[in-house]
Formats: sequence, C-alpha cells, structure tokens
Amino acid sequence: MSEKRIIVVGGGLGGLWATLRIAEAGIPVDLFSLFEVKRSHSACAQGGINACMDTKGDRDTTWQHIVDTIKGGGYLGNQPPIKTMCEEAPGLVRTFERMGVTFSRTAEGIMDLRHFGGVKNMRTCFAGASTGQQLLYGVDEQVRRYEDMGVVKKYEWWEFLSVVKNDEGSCRGITAMDLRTMKVYSFKADAVVLATGGLGLIYGRSTNSTNSTGAAASRVYQQGAEFMNGEFIQFHPTGMPGDDKNRLMTEAARGEGGRIWVPKDPKNSRDPMQIPEEDRFYFLEEWYPAFGNTVPRDVASRAIWKVVKHMGLGLRGEDRVYLDLTHLDRHFIETRLGAILDIYQTFSGQDPREVPMEIFPATHYSMGGLWVDFEKDETTNAMVHHSPRNHQTSIPGLFACGECDGAYHGANRLGANSLLSASFSGRVVGESASIYVKGMQKKSKDIKDSAFEFERQRQEGINDGLMKCDGTENAYTLHKELGELMTKKVSVERNNDELDHALEELKNLEERSHHLDLGDSQTWSNTTLQYARQVQDMIVLAQVIAKGARLRDECRGAHYKAGFDIAIPEGKFPGDPEWDEYVVKWKANNEKWLKSTIAKHTEDGPEISYREVDTSVFPVEKPRDYR
Amino acid sequence: MTNTIRFKIKRQDSPDSSPYWQEFEIPYKAGHNVVSALMVIRETPVTRDGKKVKPVVWECNCMEEVCGACTMLINGEVKQSCSALIDDLDQPIVLEPMSKFPVVRDLMVDRNRMFENLKKSKAWVDIDGSWDIHEGAPRISQEEWDRTYIFSRCITCGSCLEVCPQFDKDNDFMGAQIIAQVYLKNTHPTGKFKSADRLHALMGKGGIAECGNAQNCVEVCPKEIPLTTAIGDVGRQVTFQVLKDWFGK
Ligand SMILES: Cc1cc2nc3c(=O)[nH]c(=O)nc-3n(C[C@H](O)[C@H](O)[C@H](O)COP(=O)(O)OP(=O)(O)OC[C@H]3O[C@@H](n4cnc5c(N)ncnc54)[C@H](O)[C@@H]3O)c2cc1C
Ligand code: SF4
Repeated sequence: MSEKRIIVVGGGLGGLWATLRIAEAGIPVDLFSLFEVKRSHSACAQGGINACMDTKGDRDTTWQHIVDTIKGGGYLGNQPPIKTMCEEAPGLVRTFERMGVTFSRTAEGIMDLRHFGGVKNMRTCFAGASTGQQLLYGVDEQVRRYEDMGVVKKYEWWEFLSVVKNDEGSCRGITAMDLRTMKVYSFKADAVVLATGGLGLIYGRSTNSTNSTGAAASRVYQQGAEFMNGEFIQFHPTGMPGDDKNRLMTEAARGEGGRIWVPKDPKNSRDPMQIPEEDRFYFLEEWYPAFGNTVPRDVASRAIWKVVKHMGLGLRGEDRVYLDLTHLDRHFIETRLGAILDIYQTFSGQDPREVPMEIFPATHYSMGGLWVDFEKDETTNAMVHHSPRNHQTSIPGLFACGECDGAYHGANRLGANSLLSASFSGRVVGESASIYVKGMQKKSKDIKDSAFEFERQRQEGINDGLMKCDGTENAYTLHKELGELMTKKVSVERNNDELDHALEELKNLEERSHHLDLGDSQTWSNTTLQYARQVQDMIVLAQVIAKGARLRDECRGAHYKAGFDIAIPEGKFPGDPEWDEYVVKWKANNEKWLKSTIAKHTEDGPEISYREVDTSVFPVEKPRDYR
Repeated sequence: MTNTIRFKIKRQDSPDSSPYWQEFEIPYKAGHNVVSALMVIRETPVTRDGKKVKPVVWECNCMEEVCGACTMLINGEVKQSCSALIDDLDQPIVLEPMSKFPVVRDLMVDRNRMFENLKKSKAWVDIDGSWDIHEGAPRISQEEWDRTYIFSRCITCGSCLEVCPQFDKDNDFMGAQIIAQVYLKNTHPTGKFKSADRLHALMGKGGIAECGNAQNCVEVCPKEIPLTTAIGDVGRQVTFQVLKDWFGK
C-alpha cells in the first residue's frame, strides 16, 4: 500500500465513488461521514440515472445527451466535463450493474429505460422507484469490501469542520469533531476530497435530507475556496408540502403520464374526482403543447407559481395544485412508481391511485457549488483523463465532487443527471486525487504538527464559545427564520427589492447567530452544538446565494427575475421578424451574462466576480423553446 | 379530537447513565409525524410541568423511510418515526430507544453491529474493478427481478432484530437482516460465484443455526421484505454447503 493517505469527507454517491477509486489505486482512505454512509441522502433519489443506452428504438445518442445537458443548463456549464460525463455514462451504469444494482428489466432481461422530464428520448435507467438507494448501496458494498481489506478506514459519526493548510496554502488535512465526545481532532492527508452533498436545508424545509446543510462547503468557502453559481437553485415542481420536509414526488410521475391541473374556478371546492374534464385547467398541456406535463423543472415550477401566485388558482387558496395519476393503469403505476405511491400514502394518509396528489414547488437541488478545475484536451474538447487538475478546488490539494461541486449543471439540472454527475465526478476525483498525491514530493506525514494543532485549537475554541455563550437566540428558531426568508425572497421568482431586503436580513441573522443559547451543557453527543455550528455556516452560504441572485439581472435556467425576462414573442417562430429581434436580444444578454458567478469570502460578505464559460463543445446558437 | 399532542419520552444522558422519563405536550397540527413533532419539542424543550430541559436527541436523515436512521419504539412497537403519523397513535405517545442496541443518548442508539455483520457476511458482489469492461451484468428476467428487488430495499434499520427473541445485546447472532442480504447476493448471477464464502460466514457462532424461527422479523420489516423466505432458502443453502464441505467440494 502507498505511504500517502487521502481523506474523503462524505459518503454519498460522490464520496463513495471517490473512495472506491482511490482504494483501487492502492492508496489508503480515511472516510468521514456524519453517520453510517449507507444512510446518506443519495438514498432518497427515486427516479433514475441518465445514460445513453439506446435500447428503446429512439436512436438516442451520446451527443444528444450532451446537448440536452448543456441546453438544459442554460449553457452555463463548462462543456468539456459535461461531454466526458455523458460519454462515460453508459460505462458507469454498466459498472453499477456489475456491482449488483437491481436495475429494472425488460422482458429480455436487460436494463429498462424510461422517460424523464425535459428529454424526448428514453435515457433514464432505474431500479424500481428507489434508484438512488440501489446505486448508493452498490458502491457502499464495494467500499465495504475495501474496508474489510483494511484499505479504507471509516470515521462515521464525525463532522468535518475545516481544512488544514501547509505554509504554501495547500490543503494537507482536516479537523473534525467526534459526534459522541464532541472533541475536535486533526488529521493529516496528502489530499482531501469534499463530497458533502447539497444545501437544501438553507431553505429550511426542502426535499433534501438533514445532511444537506451545505455547512461543510461553507466552511471551506470561508477558508478561501471559491463558490460558483450559488444563485442557481432548482425548485422541484412536485413537492408534497410537509412540516418536517417537503417530500418529493418524483418527476417520473409526470414522465409516466401524470397530469398537473387545477380547477378552472378556484372556488370550486368539489371532490377533485367529481370535477369534469371541462372544468379542469391542465395548464402545462395548454401552455406547452409539445412537451406538456414533461416540460423541464424550472418551466413547470414557474408555471405552477404563476397559476397559484398570480392567477390565484391554488387549491382552496393554498400553495397547492393537483398531480393526477388516477387515470393511469394501476398495475403499471404500481410497478413504475411504487415508492412514491407509498410515500404519498404513508405521509398524507391518502391513496394517489384514488385521489390526485397535492403538490407545490420545493427547494430541491443546488446547481452551484464549489468551483472546480478541469484540464481540457484541445483536440477533442473532452476532459483529460487522470489529470490532477480535474475537480480540484481553488485551494490546492482540496478536491470536490458530488452535489457540493458546481461543475455539471450550469443554470439548471436535468432530471436523473445528478446521480450521474455525483457518481461520475466521484470517480474522476478518485483518479485525479490519486495522481495528485503520487506526484507529490513531500508527504503530509512530514509536515509540522503546529499547523494542525493551531487549527484544532481554533475549532475547539468555536465549540467552547458556543457552549459558554449565554445569549438569547435559539439555533432551531434561527434556522426556521433562515428557511422562511430564503423561501420567500430567494426562490422560484426573484426581484431586486426583495433580494436587497434578504441580504440585509441575512446580515441580521448572522449577527444573531453569534448570541446563541444552546440549552444543553452536556458534552456527550450534543446535537444542538452540532446544529448550531451548521446554522452559523448555512447563514454565511445563504449570502452567497442571495448576493449572486441580486447581481444577476437576467433570467437563466432556475434563476428567474421578473422584469428581466426576454420573453419569446407569443405566436412567433423562426422566420418572423419578431423572432429575429428576440434572438438579437437573447444574444446580447448572453454576451453580458453567460458567465459563471464566482464568490469569494470576505469579512463583509461575498465578493462576486464572473468567469468565462467554456462553450467549445456546443456553442451557444439559439434559445430554448418549449412551446 | 384533542388539540394537543402528548408525549412520554424515555431519556438517557449517556450510555452508562440511568434512563428517566419526561412528558411533553405540543399543540395539535394535522399532518404531524413523530419526527416533525420531535422537532417542535427540540426547539422549545419544556416538559408538561413547565420545566426547561435539554433538547431531546434522536437520529433522522431522509424522513422518507429510506435511510433507516430514525427507528425507535413508539408505543412499544418498533417503527420509523418519520412515517409514524400522530393521527394513528394513541396518546400519550410513548417513545423509547430500541432495546437491542446500546443507547448513545435519549432515543439515539448505536447500530454499528449491523454494519460489522455486513462485512463479516461479505454482502457484496466481487467485481474486478470499477472501470468499464464494456459489458454489463448477465441478463435477469423480470420474474427474477420481481423476486429479488425487494431484498435490495433493506434500510439497515434493525427492526427485525429488535423483535427477534434470539438477537441480544450480549450475543453474536446476525439475524434476519444479514440472512436476507446473503440471499440477495447469492441469487445474483455473478454474486453467486462467492456464495460459499457467505454461507461459511453464516455457519459458525452467530450464524443461521441460531435462528429460532419465531418469525417476528417479517411482521415488522418496514420494507415488507419476505425475511422468512430468505431464512428458509439460505438455511437450505447452508445445509448443502455443509455437505459439500464434508465431501470435499
Ligand atoms: C428527494 C430527492 C430525489 C432525487 N432524485 C434524483 C433522481 O432521481 N435522479 C438524480 O439524478 N438525482 C436525484 N436527486 C439528486 C441526487 O440524489 C443528489 O444530488 C445526490 O445524491 C448527491 O450525492 P452526494 O454524494 O453529492 O451527496 P449526499 O448523498 O448528500 O452525501 C453527503 C455525504 O456527506 C456527508 N457529510 C455532509 N456534511 C458533512 C460534514 N460536515 N462532515 C462529515 N460528513 C459530512 C454525509 O454524511 C453524507 O455521507 C434527488 C434528490 C432528492 C432530494
Ligand atoms: S430486513 Fe427489514 S427490518 Fe430488517 S433491517 Fe432490513 S429493512 Fe429493517
């Protein structure tokens, strides 16, 4: 085994893939996670994973997958990594299959494919309705094999707090807190991989699991790592509103034929099953005849927002519309959508086979994340394999993969593309971090202990401060306020006045978060201390989201600012002069805004700059048109 | 219907300290489940008799019954607390930590043993490496998929072990969860190449012979995994393996 060591923080799909690949390279891995990695948020994903398998007679191509991903992301994603990801997707899925993942089958016994939002071809591989769980378990089992061989050492029930840098500013280890004793320790490593997932909890209730706080990403951002495209948050059109979380009703529900509607008359409070067709408003089908209910998520979310917030057609005047499956064959939906039928029934007490589900857009996915590098092959425009630059953050030696990086989805993510990006980026990081440490002269083992001890004491100081603090603020209440603020003012539709207000409020919250009363002085397994630290870091990252949104005066992907919409002229198509005029405006806007937002931490909040996007694979030519 | 929700919660500060009970009462709200109610309690942890206490500690992550974290005893029955709807429960709702695993704090327990057993039983498919070999796994019929998929849904919650009379804090019995995973891997077209290793892991101390056939496990599994089917089948596999071993192949 190598004398070098690599730390991976996070054991969702991204972190486990990274761990596996590093272990395969013969380098020992220390794997940190808040809890047993098998319980990671990736298990929540229901719908599926995209790969061009082309087994459904669609003549699907990898190129089409690339184009769909680029266009779906509003051209904001750097294209070389996207290209390589789509090219390697089928091989990745085949590897999952070899791991024993229980993908659903056709009558011939090969992997079945399904439709998924915004894509015309069948490209989504799935395992019943629990794809994420099955993919996660597949890699989890492989990592356990390496754990059994002694190559991987797991630190479960540990929380990452910060990175430790050497004199040159390169990352050479971390500090982490044992979540039982709450003591802080430092760990040396020759490279560190961050795979800590999304940040949905910044919005209070979201579709995400409690591990998706973004706190870890915020911590390295505060230590100098650049954060990219923070303002791009996907709101999933079909969330089931709840008190603890908003449960996701997978996109597959629309893909398999689910229809979204509201009663035409908002005062119509009849049992939905008694409302005749002519009194129903199937607004997606009416507004977007080509795609109907399978329009991409941002289009669907805004349409629902419009119907409820602007047209006042929400069910019973509340933030809800129907997602209807009742017209579909029972056996068909049971096999295809079993898990969400169960979820809806379990958590609402109602049977979606009998009555339409009630849904509303919910915070779902962060396209933005830590900025990561890549090396491009100038002849193929693909990512260079095994380059140590791939997925390295702006802190040398610190890599990032999975939902906490911002590399693949630009301004919006296609359904079933993030299980792919989490897995693929994990695999890439595993390779690049391994190459990186192999090329290193100095081993982390030889670095002076003082830097580690200094950082450890700093972190312990933060804990002590919180434990001793006799303020008046409650961490749980603050988190709730943060969520409400973000959901109200930095969500599906944005405007500058509200964003200014949100930024002010966030400053307030930040100030208040330093005057907490934990209400728990016990050192053993103090989950409130853990929570308090997360809330403080969430508030810092929330400012990146809000500031990015405030400055970006345009509409792109999931970022929609009323007043800056360059709308497609109604009833006009290519060839019409109005259309051409529109295209000119659209191009001018791209000149200005087709740039990655880069946030850097300062004492006064995020400092924002913009960086060119690599569009060498599929240059920007014409606007999306989903009519 | 009452307009409050009452809880009686068994608390314990640390693994070695003694448990004690506290009662809480929060306003009724339609749609609450045990986790969302615990979130309310945690924010303002004041007991029914007005005493300010430490926030209640428990474990949860996905809140969709798929991570297996939030398992506890609710009115004496082992359940995922995220999907335990308040409207379906008698009050006061009694919450206790699982009894077969060491308590960490309050309702949080340490289920590390289940993960260690996954290691011991080699519940994985051996692959040459995580690179593409330009083919997938062998074909699997829809019927076969229907039969096995359900076993891949195990969320390592430990409910089956909580109700198993043979599974104890102080013994080594691996229990239904592991046997089901061995069944799954031994059924997979390439996973079965290493069946013997897994069966050997189930032969010794803590192995399948210790199953007392009480069949409680299958009653409580939140994923409705046919655990007794797996136990029966793997039991036969072990018997064959013993014979094979005897006759030297
Ligand atoms: C309900 C739902 C359904 C979805 N469905 C789909 C789908 O069908 N298709 C699709 O492609 N995508 C889907 N997604 C998105 C996809 O699931 C996620 O983007 C992806 O799983 C993220 O994986 P990850 O490895 O980055 O992070 P996660 O799986 O969230 O893992 C994060 C890991 O980091 C660890 N961690 C976090 N912070 C710390 C810390 N401070 N210290 C130590 N460890 C830490 C956690 O313990 C965990 O192990 C869905 C998302 C949701 C919310
Ligand atoms: S078999 Fe069922 S009860 Fe047992 S751990 Fe798995 S999911 Fe839980």
